[in-house]
Parts: sequence; structure tokens; C-alpha cells
Amino acid sequence: MQVTRRQFFRICTAGMGGSSLAMLGFSPTAALAEVRAFKLARSTETRNTCPYCSVGCGVLIYSLGDKAKNAPGEITHIEGDPDHPVNRGTLCPKGAGLLDFIHSPNRLKYPEYRAPGAKEWQRISWDEAFTRIARLMKDDRDKNFIARNDKGETVNRWVSTGMLAASASSNETGYLTQKIARSLGMLAFDNQARV
Amino acid sequence: MALQSLDIKARSATTTQPPVVRDPVHVAKLIDISKCIGCKACQVACMEWNDLRDEVGTTTGTYDNPRDLTDQSWTVMRFSEVEVQPGRLEWLIRKDGCMHCEDPGCLKACPAPGAIVQSVNGIVDFHEEHCIGCGYCITGCPFNIPRISKKDGKVYKCTLCSDRVAVGLEPACIKTCPTGALVFGSKRDMIAHAEGRIADLKERGYANAGLYNPEGVGGTHVMYVLQHADQPELYAGLPKDPHISPMVSLWKGITKPLASFGLGLAVLAGFFHYMTAGPNEVEEDKEHTS
Repeated sequence: MQVTRRQFFRICTAGMGGSSLAMLGFSPTAALAEVRAFKLARSTETRNTCPYCSVGCGVLIYSLGDKAKNAPGEITHIEGDPDHPVNRGTLCPKGAGLLDFIHSPNRLKYPEYRAPGAKEWQRISWDEAFTRIARLMKDDRDKNFIARNDKGETVNRWVSTGMLAASASSNETGYLTQKIARSLGMLAFDNQARV
Repeated sequence: MALQSLDIKARSATTTQPPVVRDPVHVAKLIDISKCIGCKACQVACMEWNDLRDEVGTTTGTYDNPRDLTDQSWTVMRFSEVEVQPGRLEWLIRKDGCMHCEDPGCLKACPAPGAIVQSVNGIVDFHEEHCIGCGYCITGCPFNIPRISKKDGKVYKCTLCSDRVAVGLEPACIKTCPTGALVFGSKRDMIAHAEGRIADLKERGYANAGLYNPEGVGGTHVMYVLQHADQPELYAGLPKDPHISPMVSLWKGITKPLASFGLGLAVLAGFFHYMTAGPNEVEEDKEHTS
């Protein structure tokens, strides 16, 4: 197609005018909009207890996927459990930020052991950890167990070892922990969860 | 997600009428400043839900952290130490963020079609995919809320968790608030709740307690219960009578229609000149020699 210089100017002017009018709002735009998709729609909901303090708030943990074999879960969101009697859905700033606590590179995920006098922590297996704890408890109890006091009364005390339990324990866990500690004769026994 | 187009009230720089027959429940967030302990759980919950993480800042001697709203921090606690009665220190903690005005200045100022959308339920939402980053909404906002991102040049602010509200949930900040200073529900219920709180505060010696729901912007869908409603400036400069900047109405109300009219006039004049005087004739030899 042959376009003369003058025709070229005309085409340019018409194009500029048309697009300018469109930019000034003379072209109607459909009034449509969508909200951001609700990100929890089909994620897996898991109930748990906040690990921080002794209040023990209930949390709902949301993870990607539906637990299918080929989709390993990834925790994407945590919020308060509205059905939990302690917090009824609310969470403090620490609890509200649990997601980053879970994904923190500093999070402790396995037992670690530092030998007496050593500087370095070394990773050990749960079996090794339990065996070592049991061994040390047994040795100490055998050595320091007090079956009778000065008057000859049966007391069955073990006062040289204490136990500190966690906060995120259910009533059932608390009951069992109490049974174990007391059946060993342990007196120094405390629990962060004062519930 | 359900297409929310039927529930749109207004859309920036759009000339077509959105469907407005349906009238869903008007929602509101009520912030009871007298109950707030400044724990910032709402700030954390907001970032967590909206997948935002602000940079770690530096302390400057106040509890305000972060120091100001950013594209990553859509809500911040503003701490004010005031003595309304001499010798009686009060620590006023105001949760700052978008007020979701009934008459939103940001939306009025916005030139990008669909970048700012107001739902019939009262939520004013930014749709960043349509944002052109001009920053007019920042000028238009009477509360100085929107913040432009250095990452993508688009403007961000509180959405009132429109994604949660759309599926019948409360916003993330409301759910987490441990003291119940934040409540969410229908605007009518929130006003009734506020009345109860104000009566309680008045009984406790706050004679000027009241609701902050400024008429200058048609009322807001985020309201405050203030102990000193007669002096909102005490709360980190909350405007007493907020209005949309006159620059917005000057530009959108006068300058733009006038310029459009002038443009149309020029086109018409050109057309009639062409019809009456005709085109500028050029002689054949001049056309080829030039």
C-alpha cells in the first residue's frame, strides 16, 4: 500500500486522537472486580496447642494439600482456635507469629548433646537420648534414693534429681507425667503449664 | 473465588454503572482504644495472613514499631503519652490503618480503572494488578494511609481482609486481639457495641468519651471508641474533621471535565473547519519537491 507523506500524518493524528480520548476515560470499562482468593479453601486444618507460655492457647494449623501421598504438607498459616476454651480464637503477638517460629532456621528439631567440658553441640538420635537419660536417672536414683528417714519411717524419696515438664501438655499427658515422676519418688517436679 | 462484581459500589476511573440492586450487610471494625494494651498481635496477624514481612527496623525510643505504615505493614500501633488533666498521664494507643471511608478520597483520586474498588459492604480494596503507581490515592487520602512499594511501584494498604470477609470470616486482626479491643460485625451492631462502651467510659470519669465515625468522609467502616472524643488529635494526630483534599475535587470535579470539554470542542472545530473551509490544498509540484 502506498501512503503519501500527508496521509501518514493523517493516520498518526487519528491514532493519537483516538488513544488520547480512550485514556481520558471515554472508553467504558466494565465494573468488575474480584477479591483475593481465600487461601485456606481446601487446606488441611490441624488442631494443636501453642508451645510458648503456660496459658496454652489452642491454635489451628493450616497446611498445603489434603494429605495425599505425593503432596507433603507445608504449614502456610496459623490462627487461634475459636472452639478452644482458653483463648476462643485469640492469640498474642507471639502466638500470631507462630508460622515464622515453625519455619525458623534456628528451630530445634532433634536432640542435641554437649559433653561435659565440650564446646560443641552434637546431634544424637532419640534412642541415644532416651538411653542416656534413663541410664543417668537410674544411676543417680540407685545412689541417692532414700527409702526410710531417720525415724525409720518409709518415705521413698529421690531428691537429687528434678523434672521440668512442658506447657503444651494435655490433661492426659499431665496425668501420666505426674504418675511417672511420683512413682520414682521424685519430689522436685514442676511444670510450666500451671493448669 | 466467587466473582464479587455484583457487590461493587464504586470502581475507580470507571464510567459504567456497577450493579447495585443487592444490598449485603454493611460491615465495620470497631477499635476500642480504652481496651487496647498495645501488644501488636494485630500487626503480626495482619502480616501473617497477608503474606507480608517488613524489614527489621531500629528503635528510636518509642514503642512504635515499625515507625510508620509501609507497603509491608498495613497497620501500626501509634503510642501517645498525654496529660489531659495535669499530673494524670494517659498512654493512648491507637491502631492506625485504613479507615474504609464511605466516601473514599483514594478512589475519587485514582485515575486507573479498577485499581480501587469499593464494595457495597463498605470495604475499600486496592487491586494492585491495575495500579499504575501514580500515588494520587496518597494525596486523596484524608488519613495518610496508602504506601507505595519500592519493590513494584504499586500502592498497598489494609484490605479489611476482604478475602476473609468474602467467605464469612472476620479480619485477621480482629480474630487475634487478646483483649477484645477489636471487634467486627455489621456496622449497626458495632455502633450499638460502641454505645455500651461509651456509657461505661462516661461512668468511669471520661465525660467526653465518644465514637469516631467522621461525617466529613461519609462515615467510616473502621471506627474508634475514644476516651477523649472531643480531642481526637491527642491520638497521634487523628484528624478532627477529615475531608477529601480540595485538590482532588478541583482536578476531578473541574479541571478534568473542563479539559475534556475543550478537547471535544477542538475536535468539533476541526471537523467544521474541514467541512466549511476544506483541507489545505497543496499543488502537485510542491508536494513532490518538499
